[in-house]
Amino acid sequence: MLSPQPAIQLDDVSKRFGSRWAVARLSYSLPAGRSLLLTGHNGSGKTTLLRMISTATFPTAGHIKIFGAETREKREELRHDVALLSHASFLYEDLTAAQNLTLVAEFLGLDQRKELVASLLERIGLTSRADSPVRQFSAGMRKRLTIARLLMKAPKLALFDEPFGELDPAGILQMENLLRELQAAGTTIVLATHLVEQGQALTQERLHLDQGRRENP
Amino acid sequence: MRKPRISLLRASWLVLRKDWMIEWRTRARLTALIFFSLSTLLLFSFAMGPDIEALRRHAPGYLWLALLFASVLSLGESFRVESENQALTGLVVTPVEPRAIFLGKVFGNASLLFGLSLVLLPVAVALYDIDLSRAPLTLLLVLFLGSVGISAPGIVYSAISANARARDVMLPLLLFPVLVPLLLAAVSATRFTLVPDAQDQLPGWLKLLTAFDLIYLSVGFLLFPKVAEED
Repeated sequence: MLSPQPAIQLDDVSKRFGSRWAVARLSYSLPAGRSLLLTGHNGSGKTTLLRMISTATFPTAGHIKIFGAETREKREELRHDVALLSHASFLYEDLTAAQNLTLVAEFLGLDQRKELVASLLERIGLTSRADSPVRQFSAGMRKRLTIARLLMKAPKLALFDEPFGELDPAGILQMENLLRELQAAGTTIVLATHLVEQGQALTQERLHLDQGRRENP
Repeated sequence: MRKPRISLLRASWLVLRKDWMIEWRTRARLTALIFFSLSTLLLFSFAMGPDIEALRRHAPGYLWLALLFASVLSLGESFRVESENQALTGLVVTPVEPRAIFLGKVFGNASLLFGLSLVLLPVAVALYDIDLSRAPLTLLLVLFLGSVGISAPGIVYSAISANARARDVMLPLLLFPVLVPLLLAAVSATRFTLVPDAQDQLPGWLKLLTAFDLIYLSVGFLLFPKVAEED
């Protein structure tokens, strides 16, 4: 059964960096279990919005509620349920792929970590490189490892910022299948991408941003 | 369903162990740190010339200066790995309690400095002709308290300066003035473990070292979430 609370509730949300408003007075609501396509030109505020929803940063004004909980007040609890795949990989370059994933599993307090890490590495096709340091990885391999990092959390809300970038055609197909699997499992998804047609085929709602404001696409 | 959580202590240990793993995998940095501080000791010895008495008298100061200079390298490195790929943000949203990151990094860095001081001690014996047999355990305590005392404010300032353009300049500018009382206490306490302490001054310096550590551990523990999290 879907949660009665919206997965994401934006109330007059603004975010300022210096004198520039990256997001300006944005209001929007996304029901739980639905998927949202976030579009807009470079610098339109997509990444900032995703970072605010993920609790990596907070609004300068307005409120964001995730499953009914205000992000600033309930950040600790929400961080267990929300995962972000961002431009930055969050990976440690000097640790191996397996060590990076094991570390996340340990921080999350998960059991049977060895099996979990092995199965995730197999799922993303990096089993043979499990013991290689991330520094030796290509951009596409890093992206796949970042996806495994996200899957480790089994989030209720998954945020994807340009997930198709740096992936080869096989990787893009894998990513599309992953997004469909997550949706089928009831995960709420927000997908920010410039590949609008591809994104629309994978999502149910659309929010277009222009200079931090909601606009008609 | 609520997901399992780990205690602050467990999270701190995981952060510390992660930093050790990174240090171990990149041993070149560790080697550089050791050779840098050994060169510092050696240079002071050459600068002072063959005056053994003067060398012995100033040895605690040289030892702590070598550790202080090395700490700038190790503290800077501690947050360089967190800046790369925005790993610190990744830790925070995983989620890892920012205070656990602070404790893990302080004791990770302190253990590195303490280990370094153990490497430097025999070299100081050879270069400055000091006698470690008077109060070896107290000397180890002084070195440990001093290492924690450098690391506690050092981690906060290193996190603040990590994203600054002139971070290599900013860290010592912010840190060194704060460390003056600690260095005074550490140098004096070290001296009284090496030479006779006729006026029983050592306990007073040890108390100052302990107080400095407790104050900066508390301040850092309270402030670090503000530093680690974007507003």
